[in-house]
Amino acid sequence: MNPELGQLALILALILSALQCLLPIIGAWRNNKPLMETAPSLAIGQFVFIAMAYGILTWAFWTNDFSVAYVAQNSNLALPWFYKLAAVWGAHEGSLLLWMLILNLWTVALVVLGGKLPRAFFARVIGVLGFVAFGFILYMVATSNPFGRILPAPANGADLNPVLQDPGLTFHPPLLYMGYVGFSVAFAFAIAALLGGELKATWVRWSRPWTNAAWAFLTIGIVAGSAWAYYELGWGGWWFWDPVENASFMPWLIGTALIHAQAITDKRGGLRAWTLLLSIFGFAFSLLGTFLVRSGLLTSVHAFAFAPKRGVFMLVYLAVVIGGSLALYALRAPRVTGGKSFALASRETMMLIGNLMLTVACAMVLLGTLYPLVGEALNIGRISVGPPYFGPLFLLLMTPLVLALPFGPLSRWGKADLKVWRRALVRIVALAAAAGIIGFIIGVRSWYGLLGVTAATWVMTGVALFAIKRWREAPRGKRYPFEMLGMMLAHFGIGVFIAGAILTRSLSVEQDVSMRPGAGTVVGAYTFNFKGVSEVRGPNYRAQQGTMLITRHGKPVVTLYPQKRTYPGGQVQTEAAIQAGIFRDLYVSLGDPVGDNAWSLRVYDKPFVRWIWGGGALMMLGGFVVMADKRFRLKHAIEPETVPARPDPVPRAKLAEGGA
Amino acid sequence: MNAVRKRRLIVTLVILGAVAIAAGLSVFALQQNVTYLYSPTEVDAGKAPAHHPFRLGGIVKEGSVHQVPGTLTTDFVITDRFQSIPVRYTGILPDLFRTGLSTITTGRMEHGTFVATTVLAKHDATYMPPQVKQAIAKAKEENRIPPHALEGGGP
Amino acid sequence: MNESAGKPVARLVPLIAFAALVAFFVVGLVWNQTHDARFVPSPLINKPAPAFNLPRLENPTQLVSKANLLGQPYLLNVFASWCFACAEEHPTLMAYRDRFGIPLIGYDYKDAPADARGWLQKHGDPYHEVITDQSGETALDFGIYGAPETYLIDAQGIIRYKHIGPLTPAVIAKDIEPRIRELKQAGA
Repeated sequence: MNPELGQLALILALILSALQCLLPIIGAWRNNKPLMETAPSLAIGQFVFIAMAYGILTWAFWTNDFSVAYVAQNSNLALPWFYKLAAVWGAHEGSLLLWMLILNLWTVALVVLGGKLPRAFFARVIGVLGFVAFGFILYMVATSNPFGRILPAPANGADLNPVLQDPGLTFHPPLLYMGYVGFSVAFAFAIAALLGGELKATWVRWSRPWTNAAWAFLTIGIVAGSAWAYYELGWGGWWFWDPVENASFMPWLIGTALIHAQAITDKRGGLRAWTLLLSIFGFAFSLLGTFLVRSGLLTSVHAFAFAPKRGVFMLVYLAVVIGGSLALYALRAPRVTGGKSFALASRETMMLIGNLMLTVACAMVLLGTLYPLVGEALNIGRISVGPPYFGPLFLLLMTPLVLALPFGPLSRWGKADLKVWRRALVRIVALAAAAGIIGFIIGVRSWYGLLGVTAATWVMTGVALFAIKRWREAPRGKRYPFEMLGMMLAHFGIGVFIAGAILTRSLSVEQDVSMRPGAGTVVGAYTFNFKGVSEVRGPNYRAQQGTMLITRHGKPVVTLYPQKRTYPGGQVQTEAAIQAGIFRDLYVSLGDPVGDNAWSLRVYDKPFVRWIWGGGALMMLGGFVVMADKRFRLKHAIEPETVPARPDPVPRAKLAEGGA
Repeated sequence: MNAVRKRRLIVTLVILGAVAIAAGLSVFALQQNVTYLYSPTEVDAGKAPAHHPFRLGGIVKEGSVHQVPGTLTTDFVITDRFQSIPVRYTGILPDLFRTGLSTITTGRMEHGTFVATTVLAKHDATYMPPQVKQAIAKAKEENRIPPHALEGGGP
Repeated sequence: MNESAGKPVARLVPLIAFAALVAFFVVGLVWNQTHDARFVPSPLINKPAPAFNLPRLENPTQLVSKANLLGQPYLLNVFASWCFACAEEHPTLMAYRDRFGIPLIGYDYKDAPADARGWLQKHGDPYHEVITDQSGETALDFGIYGAPETYLIDAQGIIRYKHIGPLTPAVIAKDIEPRIRELKQAGA
């Protein structure tokens, strides 16, 4: 298949996206039915062309068409087939194409499932998504074409970066992008509401399942990334406060705030302006995440100097999308005094505390991530901000949130029953303290570990108390609607995550040792016996493989084979060997020969490390379960609730941007 | 002032207070936890802090890597092709640590040797982290071309 | 947030904050481009390449000097067997060696000749000639930071262009090929 066809498909998609932005919005503005009804077919047409472009690039990888520069740079003949497919999104250009494909998947899902939304509102939502797509495809066509040729074609390609040759890569970026791009739907709903001047907050209810889905994908994407780092970077860490990680964590923090703010707006009508702003910023951070990570801007402003066109385009695009949205917000933010008033002790207050802490935490992460760039730009010096900044501050900011977490669900909307609070507080404190004491007795000695046990029990007890309360108070069959069940799962997941994160840190035994074959070292309750290193061959690498027999009380537990792989290009990649378990991981990674026949090795005993990702998986599950709630099912077509469309300056301004 | 307004005022004040405290803490933590990057030339000129940790960036000099036998301690030299600083690191070096490639180490100076606590080699396979390149360019700018910067180089 | 967002001025706050952030980045961007322009180009551009006299990789008893290479423009590509990024650059060089239209000279930098020969045998040899600089002393005169680096030197032995880092098809199309064409036209 001809790569030039892929380029053509991209250009056709670009034209369709421009139409998809203009026609439906003009239609909604002029109240012109036929124009509005172009939205679904334009969206599907765009999807077809983007899918075609994506298919053609995948085909080029599959058939080793090294005349395509992108393929030559990221694949080679020896690369196993599944990595060839994953290599499509292994670098900048292809990952943009994946981003576009996913945006189209979301749009098509909206076309299929959103058929019952008011037509004008629906048309505006699709129009806004068209605008987002237009900017992205333009960016690709103008600066990052994945179909560029090198002729004559090299006989073999370079290679996919070996760090990326891991099953983790196969899942991590697509999931992360599902999350990033999913926030564009919440964003499109918010902008459509502003454009149309929605008086009621019902649009928030329509957007909630989409936001929850995006959030759930982002959650599992971050979990996959963290697990990948744990396996692939070879030193057993799972979170590094690395700028790239921060870039995905910031939209997650805002997204978490957003799903809660949306719940308040949906149920009580209040906080509309806040929900609008969070919708805009959630997407802004997603864009930032996509752009900055691949552009290299996060490592240095100087990355701009290497690709000025990309940098400038990205800035202009961000400025137009986010600046335009905020200007629209300033002009059109609906009267927000709506909603019912609430007491200090109420579910709203608890959720507001959470929202506040999450946004402040996001601001803190943003500050730490951008500070080195600030330093560079102001010529203070070349600085880096490390985990000692992020870790303690994050812990500090999350403390009030964790403390408040059980009391949110237990409080009523409007005004909480203080007696309920008091009773719950007594039980939670009692159980959390008991857990701390039990932890101490079974051998957790550091204050940090005890804090973890206590905090995790605090959160989990809260969820359990809520479950019991519902069981007693609600009629059978209505006890746990999906919305509530999802919330409980996600909150329980937070408890599991806290237990995992803190216990791993306080109980892990980590040793960097040098061992000769035949030697043994004691790590916690285990003895690691080093048997030596031999040479093995993989499909596209050679490896030195260590053999490590692990015993406990003299009985063999498992034999692990850590590898140090060398790829044809000369790149070296450490593959840790891990015995995974619910309660502990045994982790061995092979270092270098250190003379005298000895090797350096990392040998770790990491209790509860799986709980970190288990907690994340529960949160994701919670997000998906919420979507299934009856509340969000649109039974029949919804009558328009907007004021009749009237010509006013705002849509025109927006359209001018779209046409630019 | 009615009850609703009063409550809102309290909520607003609490929020503002919390944000102010968080902002203050962040800035304080930031000041405590930033580390500056220096090139060997800058270290040689006495610009790096004597008692605080800092980051030292440059190229791992060819032929300078020596393992202390049977231990995890490695000695090597970081150079910007003008000045060189001996470095000692105990631990397992990253995969991309190679002579002739750039690296960023964190640690502090002790008796003329930089004792590193972490050694980073960038994973994105770029030729040289921009910071290092800039540090080298700067060293070059300040020194012009010194006569024999690479004493006894070569593998 | 709730109560203040109703007032027009308060509603502008997010926009203003965002505008400030963007302005900051724009200033950073502009500053950096002017800044980089001062630092990165080699001081040797448009100056004569330093005189050298280096052994051939194939036969170290034969020396190649600057004078031997005068008379036509050529590309000087700094590489080494220990250099990771050179392996990345290598397929591009293989693909382009015959398209440049001028000789591609390899400059083996701080490398054991046996290693370099093995490396070229294994991956393929894109060079028309390879000279070796085991000590790295000539490299100092050239101002070589590391490998890979590529110099475009004209028929009179003047350095016309220098690229730091691996050559990619994009760099070749944008920065190298137009200059080669220029040199050829000037020579014709």
